[in-house]
Amino acid sequence: MTFLDLARRNVSRHWLRSALAVTGIVIGVVAIATMGILGNSIGLMFNDMVSDVGDTIVVSPAMSGTGGDKLTKRQVDDITRAAGANRVITIPFASTFDKMSVGEKRGGAMIYAMPAGDIPLLLEKEAGAYPRDTGTGCMIGSQLAEMSKETGLKLGARVTIDGETLRVVGVLKERGMGFDINPDYAIIVPYSWYSRHYDEDEYDQVVVKVRDINDLDAVKESIEQKMNRREDVVSVMDTKAILESVFAAADSITVFLLGIGAISLLVAGVSILNVMLMSVTERIKEIGVLRSIGTRRHEVMRMFIYEALILGVVGAVIGGALSFGAGYVITAVIVENPDYLFNPTSLLYIVFGMAFGIFTSAASGLYPAWKAAQLNPIQALRHE
Amino acid sequence: MPVISFDAVTKVYPLPAGDITALAGIDLAIEKGEFVLIMGPSGSGKSTLLNIMGSLDVPTSGEVTIAGKRISGMDDDELTLMRRDHIGFIFQQFNLIPLLSVVENVEYPLILKGRRNGSRERAHEVLRAVGITESHFTHKPGELSGGQQQRVAIARALVNDPDFLLCDEPTGNLDTKTGTAIMDLLARMNREEGKTVVMVTHDPRMTEYADRTIQMVDGRLA
Repeated sequence: MTFLDLARRNVSRHWLRSALAVTGIVIGVVAIATMGILGNSIGLMFNDMVSDVGDTIVVSPAMSGTGGDKLTKRQVDDITRAAGANRVITIPFASTFDKMSVGEKRGGAMIYAMPAGDIPLLLEKEAGAYPRDTGTGCMIGSQLAEMSKETGLKLGARVTIDGETLRVVGVLKERGMGFDINPDYAIIVPYSWYSRHYDEDEYDQVVVKVRDINDLDAVKESIEQKMNRREDVVSVMDTKAILESVFAAADSITVFLLGIGAISLLVAGVSILNVMLMSVTERIKEIGVLRSIGTRRHEVMRMFIYEALILGVVGAVIGGALSFGAGYVITAVIVENPDYLFNPTSLLYIVFGMAFGIFTSAASGLYPAWKAAQLNPIQALRHE
Repeated sequence: MPVISFDAVTKVYPLPAGDITALAGIDLAIEKGEFVLIMGPSGSGKSTLLNIMGSLDVPTSGEVTIAGKRISGMDDDELTLMRRDHIGFIFQQFNLIPLLSVVENVEYPLILKGRRNGSRERAHEVLRAVGITESHFTHKPGELSGGQQQRVAIARALVNDPDFLLCDEPTGNLDTKTGTAIMDLLARMNREEGKTVVMVTHDPRMTEYADRTIQMVDGRLA
């Protein structure tokens, strides 16, 4: 028998009351942990987006520039040189919206054209092959392929664009919204075919993929210096800057969600305070007896803090386990990627929630424990 | 040297309506092995005297020495250790801890003292000495009769081998027959074990057990 043992017995003496207090802590811990996991998962999701496209600089003709709304082959070469060819991959592309038909089915689609050799550098393929410069092959975006019933577009289909027929040789992987091109609903053709068909030898934009993300700023600077020496010929946009502002937003979402969780834990703390104060009031006489037969103040205090800690630890353990389940549901349903739960930063929120729950309980137990320890043994003994 | 000695002890409770003098200059010495009764009407200062003897309270003036130590100037922890190590309390209402079993109640003062080794055996030994049978050891106090509870309380008071037992109306909640048995037990502890017993009571029949009876009136020894 120890003080901890005594505390445990006191907690189980009023099991219903203790269970309710524990429930409060459980709710608080789950709230903090799941809110933290949610915010963190949103952050991780953005992070994945950054690593996908965060290394990208998009160079386009300047709006106010005098150089027209296209980039010439020479300008593309200048950009490539300015970027430092060994540090980057430059992919120029042109795009247009055009009518297309597959058999009887007619529609329109975005058409992107880029040098055939560059397609694999920018886009991943799901099925089939990449088209070649010399042939009449093209690729279709994942969403177009998914809607093949309506569009007729599928691997091997023949698609007529502006009177000329191409064969679908490959299907792209889903890529989602990008800062450069959005190929999911588009048809990708080799630039050679595009140039010949539309009689054009200029490009709309250049996508610069930086090999080392730390070079991003330097490359951007270098392109701007080279191209915009006299006047604004091109505008240079990097995705990192855009994503950084998104990151900041994700961080404030996390803080906001954590705040909501913390409030619920605070409420749980008040409930523990209440339970402990009740426990002290009910046991005044018992405390008087303990004190009179030689229990020191700090020992009485320890006993009551242990009680609060038991409530807190039990609540935190149950809450931690439930948070794991709730976190799985949240990451699976809201951000649609349960892997985010198993990221150490997400799991840390469970630990954080549990620690905060235990801390809140102990803190809530302090005042009642102190009150119990300060009781005058003579008056406490007389208490009925 | 006396176990308890009071030298010109006063206790004054300051109240808004005027000070109340509970003890008005008490000189008293209780020797080792004595069985002393303290009697007197309500408000005569018995409880205050008992509280100071029990290191639950300190005097306003005068000198109190318990087990060779002066208690004036002691802080709360020192007074508490005094109670733990030198005094065995026996209350009218038994005051056992309801959460603890009989044997744990008796073991508790040993554990407070940090004596874990052999504490269970020592508790058993004392319980047997006060007449509690083994089958009751694991019961909760509420499952025992009043007389049995008081025996357990006496065992708890004895377990740390205190310098004296301080009894506050120990038979007040018991019927006459059980009360007599408890008094016999205390008398036996006094006679055979040499335990000093100080007892506050209203019951004049108790005088037959005592070596000495102290009468109190208006905060003074009569």
